[in-house]
Amino acid sequence: MLKKLNGADDMTGAEVAIRDAEFPVPFVSGLEYNAPARGPWNIVHTGMLIPESHQVFACAQGCLRGVILTAAEMIAMDRMSWISVDKNDLFDGSLERNIVDGTAEIIRKLPKKPRAILLFISCVHLFAGCDFEVMLDELRAMFPDIDFIDCYMNPTMRKSGLTPDQLMRRQLYAPFMPCPADKNAVNLIGNDRPTDESSELVWLIRAAGRELRDITLCRTYDEYMRMAKSALNITYLPTAAASGDALEKRLGRRHLYLPLSYDLDEIERNLARFANALGIDTPDWTDAKRNALRALEQAKDVIGDTPVEIDYTATPRPVGLAALLAEYGFRVKRVYTDAMIEEERPSFERLRELAPDLLLTATVNVKMRFAGKGVHESGDVLAIGQKAAYFSGTKHFVNIVSGGGMYGFDGIARLAQRMIEAATHEQDTEAVIQHKGLGCRSCL
Amino acid sequence: MKQTARIISIHAADTSGVCSMLYELGGMVVVHDASGCNSTYSTHDEPRWYRQDSMIYISALTEADAILGNDEKLIGDVVSAAKDLSPRFIALCGAPVPLLAGTDFPAIAAEVESRTGIPAFGLHTSGMRSYLAGASEALKAVVSRFCTDALPRTDAPSANIIGATPLDFSINGTVESMIDWLNRSGFELVSCMAMGSTLDDIRRASAAHVNLVVSSCGLATAELLLERFGTPWVAGVPVGKKFPAVLASALKTAAKTGECALPCAERDASSPVKKLAIPGETIFSGSLAAAIESDLGAPCRVLCPLEAEDRLLAPGDIRIFDEDAAAEAFAASSVVIADPMYAPVCPPDVPFHRLPHEAFSGRCYRKESLNLIDRPLPWRF
Repeated sequence: MLKKLNGADDMTGAEVAIRDAEFPVPFVSGLEYNAPARGPWNIVHTGMLIPESHQVFACAQGCLRGVILTAAEMIAMDRMSWISVDKNDLFDGSLERNIVDGTAEIIRKLPKKPRAILLFISCVHLFAGCDFEVMLDELRAMFPDIDFIDCYMNPTMRKSGLTPDQLMRRQLYAPFMPCPADKNAVNLIGNDRPTDESSELVWLIRAAGRELRDITLCRTYDEYMRMAKSALNITYLPTAAASGDALEKRLGRRHLYLPLSYDLDEIERNLARFANALGIDTPDWTDAKRNALRALEQAKDVIGDTPVEIDYTATPRPVGLAALLAEYGFRVKRVYTDAMIEEERPSFERLRELAPDLLLTATVNVKMRFAGKGVHESGDVLAIGQKAAYFSGTKHFVNIVSGGGMYGFDGIARLAQRMIEAATHEQDTEAVIQHKGLGCRSCL
Repeated sequence: MKQTARIISIHAADTSGVCSMLYELGGMVVVHDASGCNSTYSTHDEPRWYRQDSMIYISALTEADAILGNDEKLIGDVVSAAKDLSPRFIALCGAPVPLLAGTDFPAIAAEVESRTGIPAFGLHTSGMRSYLAGASEALKAVVSRFCTDALPRTDAPSANIIGATPLDFSINGTVESMIDWLNRSGFELVSCMAMGSTLDDIRRASAAHVNLVVSSCGLATAELLLERFGTPWVAGVPVGKKFPAVLASALKTAAKTGECALPCAERDASSPVKKLAIPGETIFSGSLAAAIESDLGAPCRVLCPLEAEDRLLAPGDIRIFDEDAAAEAFAASSVVIADPMYAPVCPPDVPFHRLPHEAFSGRCYRKESLNLIDRPLPWRF
């Protein structure tokens, strides 16, 4: 009803053919809609990766609500506490005192002292000029056996520097202090899920006889702190690159950013750089590449001309993935993204030539409220990502976020396999995509 | 310690209250905030989000626009969206940063209205009060604006239900049961504010003989309708077996006499005997307390963790503003009936019965939510 009344079939401003699209921002900003796809991790999920840690959020009720219920849904309320901010606190100079006293009281009440406290402040604290360092110093003096990590929930500042997600991934390693380097260990930094053991990235680490360390694999705080010693840090998600840079600057550890890519040449270049950094010969990747292409062919045989739609939550490079699939004969119809990262520029240009009619579709534009659940689709779609699944209304989708731990030629092969599974099996889209933090426990 | 909690949840905020109350009325609600309010609301506070479309949006406020006071960006974006979507009205409200920046929402709303010709109003949310404050102000603003004509009373006895949102009543059939009960009690429904009724239904609210206030967020609107049309109100929720009859009788009396009544607070919890504790929104909790006392004979006390007028509390009911106060009150109780997220601060020797409240635990326990309207209560003490 609303759809018809409001003329929401007109997608002007919310959708554009790639041949006519501007890079990197194809749409004018405005009011924003929030689609009910909850798989991408937020700062609570990410912070929970630090074993034996406890989170304390200091912010207004409205902001607290989201983070507390994130913890509740992941059955982790025993690791979450809060201090609310009242209107009066903003003006009577009590902001800092409340946080210090509140955090101290929370720690004293915990049944077991945590190894680390992630203390989050919010936009209002930064606007009010809170002195976070003073608060942390006081807490560190009170609890010298606890590592206090300064964390930020400041979405208002998301365009003023690092986004909250980038900041969180950087602060995830803040307790690491300078120490002798362990040349036999390599860290994968800034991921929220393990990288596939079969990926060339992990294969190279094993082949070089190095130990792989990754926060997603750590079970104890001591294990996690051992990561500080690793001589080499690898990142491959754009949101994680700042973490590697920070560790390089602070600890002097070498950082290699080997971006997740769907471009076969770029993958090969990344792997060569990594092999070089590990001091081993670059293997011949011919077989791996052939396997990836064969997997794509198999997927194409199954999927045929079914339209494929991809969204930016599935991978940081949805345009690159679309270009790969278009190149290998898939009918890629639409990429859902509100903006593109600079890394995507070559793929964007390539895709313009390969599939000029491909649509770029916004996800937050106000019209998208009335575009969900497939109202603009006739016939089925294979979606990659939860937002693509929601907007297209399909039950056939690859349920991944942030690349899904797939990397390299192996990553392409595995993704192709996941596409076949998606094409041949239905999922309950409404139930699946509303679970928060894909891969986390859920009470729902 | 005040404003601090080790393990319990926090209630939905005023911005969620605004959105929840206005969700079904065909208006556009814009929360002036960076992103979090809308994400939290649509994930945890709004069970209708997936299946029922509504024009609830965020302004995507940035640091630069906040610091520079760039209200024109907000106005322009709202006007542009309104032209695309043609809402019945526009409601504007804000989160903490606009509060700090001193954003004048009524003035912005006036500007939006002059540019679009669509009724617009600004609300005084801050993200620092509970959903009750936001829902209350939002409903009152809509009724004040759209419910202006004194219509003749309906021939048959009739009522509006005021204050219904999923935050208090979930989407488990409770509101539908209240309407059925109202009908069985001899009242036609004029409108249910604001679940299941349209803006046009609400415009006819003055035709009702009496108003049933089912949540404290409906009280300000009930007072407005009393002042504007002389419609009396009765506060209570028809839970349990015997209390619904008390409430129905109060509605009939109010319709006849024009006197308002608070059956939910006509209790006395001041005796020293240990009581069953019910924390939550006062009108629902007070009604449940009255129902338990009459159906099951267990003395009860309401624990009030939210904003509430004193008149909604019975003697002996207490306010609990933080986790420590809740724990202390639970320890002094015979039994606790509460949202499961209170359980960690309930002593192990005090029996705890789970009664999910969406405004506290969001969707975590929605599958366990209970419809208690006009039926035997599920507990034995």
